Amino acid sequence: MRFESPATTKEAVALLAKEKGKAFVLAGGTDLLVKMKAGMLEPDLVVDIKRIKGMGDIKSAGGGFVIGAGVPCAALSENKALVKTYPGVVEAANLIGSKQVQGRCTMSGNLCNASPAADSVPALVAASAKVVIAGPKGKRKVAVEDVPAGVGRTTLKKGEIIEAIELPKPAPRTGDAYLRFIPRTEMDIAVVSAGVSVTLDKDGTIKAARVSLGAVAPTVLLVKDAAKAIIGTKLDDAAKKKLADACSAACKPIDDKRGTVEFRTEVAGVLARRAAETAYARAGGK
Amino acid sequence: MSAILVSTTINGDTVEYACQPDESLLDVLRNRVGLTGAKEGCGTGDCGACSVIVDGRLVCSCLVLGAEMAGKKLETIEGMAHGEKLHPLQQKFIEHAALQCGICTPGFLMAAKALLAKNPDPSEEEIRFGLAGNLCRCTGYDKIVRAVQAAATEMRGA
Repeated sequence: MRFESPATTKEAVALLAKEKGKAFVLAGGTDLLVKMKAGMLEPDLVVDIKRIKGMGDIKSAGGGFVIGAGVPCAALSENKALVKTYPGVVEAANLIGSKQVQGRCTMSGNLCNASPAADSVPALVAASAKVVIAGPKGKRKVAVEDVPAGVGRTTLKKGEIIEAIELPKPAPRTGDAYLRFIPRTEMDIAVVSAGVSVTLDKDGTIKAARVSLGAVAPTVLLVKDAAKAIIGTKLDDAAKKKLADACSAACKPIDDKRGTVEFRTEVAGVLARRAAETAYARAGGK
Repeated sequence: MSAILVSTTINGDTVEYACQPDESLLDVLRNRVGLTGAKEGCGTGDCGACSVIVDGRLVCSCLVLGAEMAGKKLETIEGMAHGEKLHPLQQKFIEHAALQCGICTPGFLMAAKALLAKNPDPSEEEIRFGLAGNLCRCTGYDKIVRAVQAAATEMRGA
């Protein structure tokens, strides 16, 4: 195995593009190094992207944020403006692993690892986040929900890396929230999770919403029917029931040691409803 | 595989080592630098026994490559005491019997140090969440939490 830590994105892309063997990007390494240790991956090349300028920065951009692909999740909660604007994204990222893991793990890595149970991904999807992808043919921007292609697979092509995650400037009276179910209080992988973002009219009516689910399908789900169920309402009980039903209907989960199909389907609705209540309150709704 | 030469700072001292590209920081510390305080419990980032602080951030050294450390500032358990004078956390761990077999202790101390650096007056719940990445199979955690509370009180000068 070769280890490279290039100074520019261009060099990183070139290294990855021309490698004939198995090449992997190293950001936080909290998935990659575990897989290497377990013998699941045997890289010929590992490219550490953290020495590339800007990869470790959180930039404010016109009311939104650009989060470099090397920013550890622990740094997100230290950025007061980010916590205030996107509390749901930050709370999701800070549920990943332990304090030790959060000192290293990145949201871009969480996304590229492409686990259906990734905590930060549903929150990013609800928040309409986009990723900036650099590759041999230049840069492109795609929605976060278009990155995972399946369990452990992404739509990134050979030589492409995520450079940053962009969170747009939210409309006035927008709030987001993320919840997950785990059987203990800390240090576990989501059995089901839900991210919700809502934008309100001045009178508290929801005028825009995004609802996403994690760990109930091979990839994160953006549940448009669930958003439709609450748009035009003030999140009354009937709307919440419709939201929960739409979420349960969208689930295509598996049975495993952490939860059954039936349990995940039911709890997806419950979590989405509770996350919606929190997002609504954060948006200023009463 | 050809070795990589790394120059870094460990507990304030400049240290140079040569390591393999896939060698963990934990293995480098233990096998090449001679700092055996950090322990390997799981090797997968679950137990926290290998915790060290890199550029102010608590990390599991088993999930870091030695090759990544060029120009970084590392703090390990070996740098915690000043000569014979123990750090308040170390002193309180002894006074509160917050260890039995001791394998997890260096990791707990580093995690507690990182926690108190960010939050000098944590609640019991904040301590328990802050140390959730460290596993101890001897103490049942209560004595560790009490030791951290006592050290925090002393360090605040309260």
